[in-house]
Amino acid sequence: MTTVFRNVQRAALVVSVAAAMLVPALPALAQTNDQFVALPSYRVGPYGANGQSFYGGFVDYLNYVNLKEGGVNGVKLGWEECETEYNNAKGVECYERLKAKSSASKGTAYHTMSTGISYALVDKTAADKVPLVMMGYGRTDAVDGSVFPYAFPLVTTYQMQVSAIVKFLASKNGGSLAGKKIVYLYHDSAYGKEPIVALEAEAKLGKFNLVEIPVAHPGNEQGAQWLKIRQENPDYVIFWGWGVMNQTALKAAQKVGYSRDKMIGSWWAGSEEDTVPAGEAAKGYMSATWNVAGKNVPLIADIEKVVYGAGKGNMQDRNKVGSVLYNRGVSAAVVTVEAIRGAQAKFGKGKVMNGDEMRWAFENLNLTSARLQQVGATGLLPEIKTSCDNHEGSGKVKIQQWDGAKWVVVSDWIEGNKSLIHPLFKATAAQYAKEKGITPACMKS
Amino acid sequence: MLYRESGQFKTSYVADSQIFPIRQDRIFFALLMAVAFVAIPFVGTEYWLSAILTPFLIFSLAALGLNILTGYAGQLSLGTAAFMAVGAYAAYNFQLRIEGIPVLLTFILAGASAAVVGVAFGLPSLRIKGFYLAVATLAAQFFVVWALTKFPWLSNNSSSGVITAQRLDLFGVAIDTPVKKYLFVLGIVTVLALIAKNLVRSATGRAWMAVRDMDVAAEVIGIPLMRTKLLAFAVSSFYCGVAGALYAFCYLGSVEPDGFSLDLSFRILFMIIIGGVGSILGSFLGAAFILLLPIFLDNVLPALASSLHLPFTNATVSHIQLMVFGGLIIFFLIVEPHGLARLWQIAKEKLRLWPFPH
Repeated sequence: MTTVFRNVQRAALVVSVAAAMLVPALPALAQTNDQFVALPSYRVGPYGANGQSFYGGFVDYLNYVNLKEGGVNGVKLGWEECETEYNNAKGVECYERLKAKSSASKGTAYHTMSTGISYALVDKTAADKVPLVMMGYGRTDAVDGSVFPYAFPLVTTYQMQVSAIVKFLASKNGGSLAGKKIVYLYHDSAYGKEPIVALEAEAKLGKFNLVEIPVAHPGNEQGAQWLKIRQENPDYVIFWGWGVMNQTALKAAQKVGYSRDKMIGSWWAGSEEDTVPAGEAAKGYMSATWNVAGKNVPLIADIEKVVYGAGKGNMQDRNKVGSVLYNRGVSAAVVTVEAIRGAQAKFGKGKVMNGDEMRWAFENLNLTSARLQQVGATGLLPEIKTSCDNHEGSGKVKIQQWDGAKWVVVSDWIEGNKSLIHPLFKATAAQYAKEKGITPACMKS
Repeated sequence: MLYRESGQFKTSYVADSQIFPIRQDRIFFALLMAVAFVAIPFVGTEYWLSAILTPFLIFSLAALGLNILTGYAGQLSLGTAAFMAVGAYAAYNFQLRIEGIPVLLTFILAGASAAVVGVAFGLPSLRIKGFYLAVATLAAQFFVVWALTKFPWLSNNSSSGVITAQRLDLFGVAIDTPVKKYLFVLGIVTVLALIAKNLVRSATGRAWMAVRDMDVAAEVIGIPLMRTKLLAFAVSSFYCGVAGALYAFCYLGSVEPDGFSLDLSFRILFMIIIGGVGSILGSFLGAAFILLLPIFLDNVLPALASSLHLPFTNATVSHIQLMVFGGLIIFFLIVEPHGLARLWQIAKEKLRLWPFPH
């Protein structure tokens, strides 16, 4: 009898545990009168350190708007994060989960800070009619808004960036790079390969020699590549690294005696996370960036005062407030909030904006320097003016140099060669449209 | 009481050799199919359909493929993701380059392409075994990813190497909504799983198991080793290839070679280890465990933390999730080294005697 009873008890336990496993956790629904911003973020995994600074800055600015102004025209900003670990499949799962949290906004706008996840979401966001914002990463041919109405590679793209870098180097050489030799050292992935087409076009135009050297992921062994670079002895090395690859390259350059002030990196190879671990080897290294570092920007200082003063700061390591990636997160949030503002100005102040209204706002974004000054973000990011033909809106970068302790901006905003680069986007976007059976057309509203 | 087979007599060999000899099992299976095909499309939310059930089915199919090779034929493989990549890229290229090719034919051809690659990398299995073979299949893993990056033709000269899946039309019906994608995947997985179940019960399957248990003995009794092993590689890779094509077309929508990394191969290997090596059901249970448990923990832990007033950040929750997940894997492996499928089997045996065990 007792064994029977015990067995029944055990069976009941098993069943109840199984039932608990099957019951989906009831999603905490976002408050309906908040503008819910979905954040598919990453704070763990191989790139977790980068994500912490970026999304920390993003959340801090949203908090700042709530604390300082009580939201956008009275509409409070709400948000929720979902950990993607920079993994495409997890990113898609997060997207679906976050999308369901708010039927009103569908998540407002998605910043994944991952080229892979963005590629996976391009179709889904278009089907769900919600903007996908890729500030400074791909899919870059989404510049063509007639094919990609819901995708926005805002501020600037890899191709425009590499073009701006070439322009900067030319300006250092009296306006021409003819006959010079440039090595392109890149992460052998979608990220590193995208700029090649643009760089080849630039080489043809500027008559300089281009040598392409790939580095396999994750790039913590670059002996062979740097041996080759020493043999080639180029005038400059344009460097497209990510994560651990960056500090390795700087150390390897020091080892073979290649001058770091002839190395110029992309904006994902130009943060404190890259230079500090490289120590002395990083001194003199230059990189492009579309947002400046430091707390000199009034907005960053004010965020520190208001948000951290109220004890609501998101950064666990407060020293990173004002770092390149933190400021980039703030910039991304500024653009998102300005888009919400723009949408409200057109579709009704004090209302929650839906995906289509946000899409309109991103496509008609006009972030002038006057407006940037009002926000306190003068010099933090360039002016942005988008249209259906130009989802990029700026195409400008600054060049910064590491002085051994901090990043120092050494140039003004430099715009890439738009007339050379944008037709390249048109061509691949047209190919995409053909594959997908899309008829390119600008959306009116 | 409910699960008793007394009174169920088999009067023919056909009746005796069916997949589910017990009537209750048949009823259960029919109900399961009815729920999967009819009820879920009606009640499933978009999140459940496209973020949970579709990937679950696709990974089950990949695990099934690996289980045929590793569980039934005893050939350890670490190249699953590579075969999936071949399937995905092949399906993309067939759709791209052959005007108006039927969708089902695309998927069959994608599977066949993966099978060809699988056979090529299965050749070393004739000479080497066990862990050494695992290293040879590792070569497939790296070679395929390298080749897909190296030859731009395979990704239609896309500058980034990323391919985006074309839209699918099945007999004039566009497969574009989560419900349709789910049903399409479910249909393919059901058919392929039933074929696999029958295959492993046939002479072919018995030959695989004989090779697995002792290949010298199998050879002595007249089983051609080369044919049997390569057939296992071909069938397994076919399944993985179809799974890869579904992964690209019905789940992610766009894939890059780096997505099919060794990491993915390991995940699928863990699925069959947890679910049960040498079991069709185990492939499904393992996929569910590896895929769904992290999502479940992701949903529950923050709620739990906030109800207990613990100051957890998102990052902490992710770390705890990894720890709990790892702990559970070890727990299941200690409690039942033969996998979840074996637990299910034990449960069924107990149920037959319940509530009056001997």
